[in-house]
Amino acid sequence: MSGYIFRRFAQSLVVLLLVTVIMFIMFHLLPGNPARAELGVKAQPAAVAAFDKLQGLNKPVWYQFWVYLDHLAHGNLGFSYVQNSTVAQLFAQRFPKTIILLALAYGVAVIAAIPLGIMQAVRRNKFDDYVLTGASFVLYSFPTFWLGIVLIEIFAISLHVLPPNAPETTSIGGIVSDWQGMVLPVMTLALVSIASYSRYMRSSMIDSLAQDYIRTAKAKGVTQRVILLRHALRNSLIPMATLIGLSIPAVLSGAIITESVFNYPGVGLLFIQSAESNDFSVLLGLTLVAAVGVIAGNLVADIGYAVLDPRIRY
Amino acid sequence: MADVVQGPEEGAEELDKEGLFPAAPAVASRALAPGAEPLSPQGVEGGAARPTGSMLRLTVVSFLENKLAVAGLGILVLLALFCFVGPHVYLTNQKTVNPVINNLGPTGSHLLGTDGEGFDILGRLMVAGQSSIEIGLAAGLLAAVFGTLYGAVSAVAGGFVDAIMMRIVDALFSVPALFLLILLAAIFSPNLPLMIVVISFISWLGPARLVRGEALSLRTREYVQAVKVAGGTQRRIVLRHIVPNTIGTIMVNTSFLIADSILLLAALSYLGLGLPDTTPTWGGMLSNGTEVIFDGYWWQLYPAGVAIVLTVVAFNFVGDALRDSLDVRLRRR
Repeated sequence: MSGYIFRRFAQSLVVLLLVTVIMFIMFHLLPGNPARAELGVKAQPAAVAAFDKLQGLNKPVWYQFWVYLDHLAHGNLGFSYVQNSTVAQLFAQRFPKTIILLALAYGVAVIAAIPLGIMQAVRRNKFDDYVLTGASFVLYSFPTFWLGIVLIEIFAISLHVLPPNAPETTSIGGIVSDWQGMVLPVMTLALVSIASYSRYMRSSMIDSLAQDYIRTAKAKGVTQRVILLRHALRNSLIPMATLIGLSIPAVLSGAIITESVFNYPGVGLLFIQSAESNDFSVLLGLTLVAAVGVIAGNLVADIGYAVLDPRIRY
Repeated sequence: MADVVQGPEEGAEELDKEGLFPAAPAVASRALAPGAEPLSPQGVEGGAARPTGSMLRLTVVSFLENKLAVAGLGILVLLALFCFVGPHVYLTNQKTVNPVINNLGPTGSHLLGTDGEGFDILGRLMVAGQSSIEIGLAAGLLAAVFGTLYGAVSAVAGGFVDAIMMRIVDALFSVPALFLLILLAAIFSPNLPLMIVVISFISWLGPARLVRGEALSLRTREYVQAVKVAGGTQRRIVLRHIVPNTIGTIMVNTSFLIADSILLLAALSYLGLGLPDTTPTWGGMLSNGTEVIFDGYWWQLYPAGVAIVLTVVAFNFVGDALRDSLDVRLRRR
C-alpha cells in the first residue's frame, strides 16, 4: 500500500512539473513578447528591460525556466500590473468565496444524487427511471451559463421569489445574511453535477445489487430496506467517493461560468475579468493553481479508492 | 528496396484481413497487454461466434433497432435541413442592421421576433446554426483524428516514448478545460479556423487515451506481430492495422466530442471570447439575449438555447447508441 501511494505521489509530481512546462510555454506564446503583453503595448523601454531582468528573459531559456520554478517554489505566482497586486494576494482574497460556493454545490449535488441514483437502480427500466434518465440527459447537455440564466429568468424575473445576483460582499457573514442570493448559483452548479452523479450512482448501485452477497441477504430474509442501505449502498459509495475527486476539473470550469453569470466575486470571476483585460499573469497563475487542485484531487481519489476498497491492489 | 518489402507486406495484408474479421471474438486476445489500462469500452470481449452477415450490416441493424439512435439521427437530419435548407425557404435579411424593427416580440411576420439589431430571430437561428454545427463538427473531427494518431503512435512506440507522450496527456488533462480554453482564446483572439484548432486542442486528450488503451492490446495480436516479422514499418502498423481496428471506439467518442465542442464554443461566446458578430453562432445569439433579459425580451433568450440543447442531446444519443450497438455486436447471441 505505502509503495503504491509513494509511486502515485511521484507520478503526480512528474505531471505537475510538466504542467509548469506547459504554463512556461504559454507565457512565451503571449502576443508580441511577454513584457509588452504584461505591461502594455506602450510600455517604456526601461520598464520592459526591468521586467525582462526580473523574469530572467535576457538569459537562456533553461535559466528562465529555473527562475520561473524558483518563483513558484516561493509562492510567487506572478504580479498583476493591471490590478497592481501579486497574483497570490488576488487569489487569496477570492478563494474563500469560491470554496463556499463549491462546497455548497457539491453538498447539494451529493445529497440529491445518491437517493436519486438508488431510486433509479431499484426502479430500473420502469417509467420513473426513464423520466429521470431523460431529464439527466437533457440537463447534461445544457450549456451551464444558459441554465443559470434560465433560472434567473424564471425565479428572479418572472416569479420574483429570488434575487438575480449573488451576494457581493466578501465576508462570510454577508453571505449568510444574504442566503437567498446563493440559492440560484448553488442550484446552477449543483444541477449539472446531479445529472452526472446520479447516473454513476445508478450504475454503481445496479452493479452492487447484482452481487452474490445481496442474493444471500435476500435468501436469509433481510428486508429490502436493510439490503439497500446496509449492503448495497456502502459498496456503491466507493466509486462515488472517487468520482467527487475526479470531477474537480468539471466543477472548476462550472465555477467560472456560474460566478460570471451571477456576478459572484470568486476566483472564476477574477479569471474572466483578467481575460477581458488581457491580464495574462493572473490567467497563467490561476490556471496553474487550478491544475494543482485537479492533480491533488486525482491523487486523493486514487489513494482513497485503494483505502476504501481493500480488494484493489496495484 | 521497395520491391523487397512489397512481397512480404502483401502477405501480411492477407493475414490482416483474417484478423480484422475474426470468426469468433473469443479467439481474439481477451487479456489486455501487460500494463494496459482497462480504459477501452471494448476491452471486455466474449461470447460465441456471430451469425452470418457482414459486420457492417449487423452494426447498422442493431443501431437502427435502438430508439434513441433513431431519435438522435432524426433530430440531426431535421436540424441540418433547418440550418442549411431553411434559409432558402424562409428568406430574411441577415446582412444589414435595421434598428426600426429591433426587439419586436413574436408576431406573424417575425415568428420568433427580432433581436436588438433588427435581425429576424428564426432566420438568424438558421444562419447561426450553420457556423455552430460546422465549427462543432470540424473541431470534433480534428480532435478525433489527432487524438487517435497520437494514442496509436504512443502505444506502438511503447516504452519511454509512450511514457513521455502519456504524461503530456496527463498534464494537459489536469488543466480544467475551460481554464485552458479561455487562456488560449485570450492569447490568440481566434478567428474562425483558429477557433476550430483551439477547441480541438482542448478535446483531443480523451480519444488519445482511449485509443492508446485499445492499441496496447491490439499491438500484441497475431496479425500485428505478422506485419512486424514481415518487415512492415511502424507507420504501416499504425495506419493500416491499429487505427482501422479502433474505429468503433473512435466513432463513439467523436460524436461526444462534437457535442462537447458545440458547448465549449457556446461558453466562449457567452464569456465574450467567441467569434465577432459578423459570424453569427448560437452561443453569440444567447450571449446577446442574456444582456436583455431584464428588459423582458424573453424570446431572445430561449430559441438559441433550445437549439444548442437539441443538437447536443442528439449527438449524445447517437454516441450512446453507437456504443450500445458496437457492444451488442460483441456480446449478444
